[in-house]
Amino acid sequence: MTGKIVYARSKGFFERFERRPGAIKDNMHYCPGCGHGILHKLIAEVISDYNIQDKTIFISPVGCSVFAYYYFDCFGISVPHGRAPAVATGLVRANPDNIVISYQGDGDLGAIGFNNFIQAANRGENIAVFFVNNAIYGMTGGQMAPTTLPGQKTQTSPFGRSVTNEGYPLKVSEMVAALDSPVYVERTALSSVRNIMNARKAVRKALRNTIDKKGFSMVEFLSGCPINLKMNAREMNEFIDNQMSNYFPLGCLKDIADSRDPIKRPEGVYNSRQVIDVLYPVKVQKGVAPDFRNPSRIFEKERRIKIAGFGGQGVLSLGMMIATMSKLRNFNVSWLPSYGPEMRGGTANCSVVLSREPVGSPVVDKECNLLIALNQPSLDKFLPELKTNGVLIYDSSTIEPPNCGDRIVYAVKASDIAKRIGDLKYANSVILGTLSVVMEDYFLEGADKQDFDRTFEEAIMDCFSSKQSVIQLNIDAFYAGKQAVFKENQPDGAADNYGDCAVKNK
Amino acid sequence: MERTNKILLKGNEAVVYGALLAGCECFFGYPITPASEIAHTAARYFTRLGRVFLQAESEIAAINMVMGAAASGRRAMTASSGLGISLKQEGVSYLACCELPAVIVDVTRGGPGLGNIGPEQADYNQVVKGGGHGNYRCIVLAPSSVQEMCDFGVLSFELADKYRTPVYVMTDGVIGQMMESLELPAPLKKQPLPEWALDYGKNRNNMITSIFLEYDDLESVNIRLQEKYAEIRKHEQRAEEYLVDDADIVLVGYGIAGRIARSAIDELRERGVKAGLIRPITLFPFPVDCLTRTAEHTKMFISVEMSNGQMIDDIKLSIECCRPIELINRMGGNIPTVTEIVDKTSSFNDKLKTEHGKKRP
Repeated sequence: MTGKIVYARSKGFFERFERRPGAIKDNMHYCPGCGHGILHKLIAEVISDYNIQDKTIFISPVGCSVFAYYYFDCFGISVPHGRAPAVATGLVRANPDNIVISYQGDGDLGAIGFNNFIQAANRGENIAVFFVNNAIYGMTGGQMAPTTLPGQKTQTSPFGRSVTNEGYPLKVSEMVAALDSPVYVERTALSSVRNIMNARKAVRKALRNTIDKKGFSMVEFLSGCPINLKMNAREMNEFIDNQMSNYFPLGCLKDIADSRDPIKRPEGVYNSRQVIDVLYPVKVQKGVAPDFRNPSRIFEKERRIKIAGFGGQGVLSLGMMIATMSKLRNFNVSWLPSYGPEMRGGTANCSVVLSREPVGSPVVDKECNLLIALNQPSLDKFLPELKTNGVLIYDSSTIEPPNCGDRIVYAVKASDIAKRIGDLKYANSVILGTLSVVMEDYFLEGADKQDFDRTFEEAIMDCFSSKQSVIQLNIDAFYAGKQAVFKENQPDGAADNYGDCAVKNK
Repeated sequence: MERTNKILLKGNEAVVYGALLAGCECFFGYPITPASEIAHTAARYFTRLGRVFLQAESEIAAINMVMGAAASGRRAMTASSGLGISLKQEGVSYLACCELPAVIVDVTRGGPGLGNIGPEQADYNQVVKGGGHGNYRCIVLAPSSVQEMCDFGVLSFELADKYRTPVYVMTDGVIGQMMESLELPAPLKKQPLPEWALDYGKNRNNMITSIFLEYDDLESVNIRLQEKYAEIRKHEQRAEEYLVDDADIVLVGYGIAGRIARSAIDELRERGVKAGLIRPITLFPFPVDCLTRTAEHTKMFISVEMSNGQMIDDIKLSIECCRPIELINRMGGNIPTVTEIVDKTSSFNDKLKTEHGKKRP
């Protein structure tokens, strides 16, 4: 070994450990012979040498090293047991320039937090994980760890770890090295000077990778816990070098950092102009002024609409088109899809409520003003909820003429017309055409009659703005639905259920 | 291209829009019905805006990722439902103790256990009362419309930063799934990173921890938290009142239950029953002042909830049981209907009148 021997505390540590409670401010809280002190020193040295203290965040896990932040002169955070790699992910994703060290023991990493660890490794998080494996739980007083050796006695394996009961020790480095994402995996030991010098090199390499944004690096350190293993220093080192190293062979398992490009990830740019461009919708061309109100009396009260049929008939998007119309004419509107187990059964329905006032209950369960039924079961189910003088529109391609009492009933062969236009999925726009006739016949007054044709078209354009190719076909379907009504409804209004469309009970 | 702030959105989409307009930079989540559209929307728009979206390996990972991003001073959020929220509770307790701001959206579903995906409000106790271990509370906002989902997506971050505390936006499957017209608020100005952040450029001695071995140290942390919660109770109570001034009976309901109750009030008034509604907008702090003021003139309270009488406890405590308090509730994913609320309230009203009549000589 060349180089000058320096007898001084590493600059990566605080001068005095003021954060440590109690009288002792110069020494660490670790037991004599513990590996943590050695590894802390190796890390402190490198964060100072690499001049990264101002951007290094040291994560203290749960375990004996929970108080690591007493010592390191850099950012520090203590986190829930096993969750260091998840917290590290948050820290490094939030700012990819942060250098994040996840320092974990065998219980934290190998037991309670193994999933968080292996998933962070597999995502290739740009962090350095330092894994201290001492084959035992130190902080809680010497219980079995996932890396406890077969036959090793602990408080919770008093007769020795039995491979039939507890399984074999967990080979963490081998497992993580098998993944494609990690760039560097090495197992070292904190026993002899020679091993410690190798560990020092590994710490430096891992942090160099992190600085270079090469991705996930992990170094495993076989480490001593003389108190809980009831050994002296010499016995401890022998245990590491002979027994542990035997089961957990030392060496580099993976080093592909040179072949990887630096990771580039989003950096959370915040630009309010860009937010508006992405989130605010484009105004439809023929939009009305914000204070525009359709004067027809029908809009003086809340209007409650139920639309029901088979899944795939465009039930939900028909509701959406009606909701969109309402939005375009400055109504308050709610659209609530059937939600729950029904969805899986192949039937779908939605409730649409529009109002000048804030919408009350968005659930249309009775007192329905308009029912649109696209299949027989839906008609049977919801007809009782339709108010006296309410309007029913149904698809007479598939539904038997119902007995409706005092309701206004419009029938349209929506499915047949839609198929003629090209696809069953246009049936909902055909219905929309029929609805426009209902509105004109019964409810709209004065200028609203002209306004509403335009509103229907705008709603179709707005709803399908991401699928320009289908807009014209839907508009065609709308006018086909409209025409069908006109055609069949003259001269005497008694055109009962023949042809494409019919009005009953008018 | 001319743009408009008028839009139709699902509640689950609107809360993400709100968060983005508030400058939320990081979203971490794990899919769960009926909250999944939040993750879908976040995946699309956080990514398009160059912000951070990551699907975590579990709800536990997601809340801890939020902890990391929050520790770096960024506005961060996650979303889940019922059982997923149960898993997050340990992390929320850490956030509360570390005084890290963060937003958690809970679109509640049916429980206990796996329950179902129907709308319930049975997360009330685990969200409003702290939920995890330790003496902490989170601010809880309870939107009952899509507009409020969006607005509270913004407000939640403001409150979280102001009080350095996790904030829940708690709603139900109906509000999450339904679509309404709303007006998008203007984007907020980007906030500078807080001084306490663990981030390059800040003081590297910044340190975040929730372990205090000395009993007195931990007690003083707890006292500081309680002082904060007292401030929150004092300044942040929010509730909507509807026809309360002359009401004999006041219904109390939040989220979708509050909204249905409002329709029921209209019908009750038509029938001549003097009913009014208090809709708590903050569940912590519970709108105690509003309730005590109302208790001075009203004769009876009814808790309308989709849980087994969880909120009713807070009503009783608020008014110190000085008036009779009844419960109208549904569970298992069922929503109370307007008729159901009207009929039950009417019969409580009749009972009130007869009892009132009896007392007179």
